[in-house]
Amino acid sequence: MKLLNQTLWYVSISTLGIVSIWAVIFYFNMLQEIKSSIDEGLENSKRIIIQNAQEDSTILSKKYFDESFFTISSITRSEALSFHDTYQDTVIYMQDADDQAPEPEPVRLLTTAFEIDGKYYQLHVANSMVEEDDLIKELLWDVIWLYLVLLVSMIVIHNLVLKKLWKPFYQLLHQLKKFRLGKTKDLPHVSTQTKEFLDLQQAVNTLLQHSISTFEQQKEFIGNASHELQTPLAMLTGKLELLLEKESLQAEDAEKVSEIFQIIQRLIKLNKSLLLLSKIENKQFLDNQEVSINQACHQILEEFEEIAAVKQIEISLEELGEVKVSMDPNLAITVLSNLLKNAISHNQPRGRILIKIHPDRLIISNSGISQPLAEELIFHRFHKSESTASGTGLGLAIVKAICKLYSFEIEYRYAEDLHHFELRFF
Amino acid sequence: MKILVIEDEPSLLANIRESLEKEKFLIESASDFSSAQEKLFVYDYDCILLDIMLPGGSGLALLQELKNHGKSENVIIISAKDSLDDKLQGLELGADDYLCKPFHLAELTARVKAVLRRKKLEGKDSIQAANLTLDISQRLVHIDQNPLGLNRKEFDTLNYLLLNKNRLVSKTALAEHVWGDLADQSDNLDFVYYQIKNLRKKLHDAKASVEIESIYGIGYKLVEK
Repeated sequence: MKLLNQTLWYVSISTLGIVSIWAVIFYFNMLQEIKSSIDEGLENSKRIIIQNAQEDSTILSKKYFDESFFTISSITRSEALSFHDTYQDTVIYMQDADDQAPEPEPVRLLTTAFEIDGKYYQLHVANSMVEEDDLIKELLWDVIWLYLVLLVSMIVIHNLVLKKLWKPFYQLLHQLKKFRLGKTKDLPHVSTQTKEFLDLQQAVNTLLQHSISTFEQQKEFIGNASHELQTPLAMLTGKLELLLEKESLQAEDAEKVSEIFQIIQRLIKLNKSLLLLSKIENKQFLDNQEVSINQACHQILEEFEEIAAVKQIEISLEELGEVKVSMDPNLAITVLSNLLKNAISHNQPRGRILIKIHPDRLIISNSGISQPLAEELIFHRFHKSESTASGTGLGLAIVKAICKLYSFEIEYRYAEDLHHFELRFF
Repeated sequence: MKILVIEDEPSLLANIRESLEKEKFLIESASDFSSAQEKLFVYDYDCILLDIMLPGGSGLALLQELKNHGKSENVIIISAKDSLDDKLQGLELGADDYLCKPFHLAELTARVKAVLRRKKLEGKDSIQAANLTLDISQRLVHIDQNPLGLNRKEFDTLNYLLLNKNRLVSKTALAEHVWGDLADQSDNLDFVYYQIKNLRKKLHDAKASVEIESIYGIGYKLVEK
């Protein structure tokens, strides 16, 4: 539920409560006011009637409410003396223009006593009152209308004011949603005077800056670490090479030294791959030229001739078109050679490799284990299938990184007993 | 032949010195910017190995100074930084070659010899070993005047072994040199063995008086019989 709607929901509910309570209080206050106003009128009528009665004694015998709303009856002195003025609500049958028969109508009745010429009389004065159910009905409708008007105005005000007020927030949110670590250069920024949003922006930017620097450090770390390893590895290799040349070295010891030498070579390979990966990710290859993928393939096939021959792998190249892409020539060679190397090292002896160049893509298919590889894992760093534990586990990660750099697409699938790697350039 | 090695890592310097002295070169060394500067402008060297990151300044600044004095053509840059920018800048400043750490000593020897060859021997540049003559610029091999047919990789292999005659050349160094950076990343170096096997057969059939010895399964050594 959107913030706007939530606010509207809560405000509507509470307004409904407030308006209802207000209506009830208003109703009773109103009634009170009406009654006291009528009571004043009755009091006034009483005076006029008593005054008239002193001049015209016929009034004293008025027994029924007819054209004028009062009755007079005589009472004893003791009754009169103990009398207090009372106002009460009661009902009198009345008939007006739109009534068929007399109907009970609510009235306010004043009962009082007075004395004329030593005689005591009781006086009832009535005045018609509002019908309470009519009043309630009227009031209810008014309240409903008031509520509806309030609701509509609230919706309008909310939409206009809140949307305007929250605009910087939504802008910030939008920018944050699009923010990508290592890609988006500018930090989210909105121009606002609202303190809360300024605070939010600052807090978000502090957090982002922290993430960016962590990200950069992490990215640099691998690069720097492998870079710093180069010199010690160079010393180590050199020392071992010199040691292996020593005439005094016993064959037995030489075996051990050469084992160490091979381990170091593996370490160097790994380090080089990490360095390459880090360089690709840091976009340190920018020497983009037009590269013919067909030519690059021919070149690599020549390089790998002996390597494939050792495993007696048959490689065939099928060119259905010429592919030219703008990229760093070294990286073009790296992508293709890593894919080919992968196809060779995961192949079985006397296996085969098919390279197909289409006008927009290249497919390298190889025989190998007869079950599909874990598609989502093979491009991960250091993912190795059990069959070849000697690789660095970075070859396909490098391919993926280069593809990402140039927005190529690389896809793996297993079909017809072959592992296919499809590289789409456009 | 006098070679100046400008390198601040004592251990690496010792390796380079020991290896190049085996080739009968005269080695001098400098391990920081100022001493390198001093030596460079007082003496003449046939080849200079220059590390880019030096205490006291950048090797590229030294190279610039050398270039200003017209002395930069026999410099081989040795750098831990495999950066294209450095490489281009170094070569623009007149350096002859650029070698990335970690390198094989065999590779260093080959590169140093290449620089010396380019500098000293104009026209005829060939390597002689017993009855074998390898012409680098013509890419021809003769055994007692009889030409020996070799393919590109066989030629490069033989050339590399000859440049490191009587020295250990590891399989990785050979693979890296002949097949390039890509092949050296190959998990299996058996292909080097097959290559050597073919080369040995060709040399044997042509009655060459050189032999490629296997060293502890890790590499090879070319010796005269």
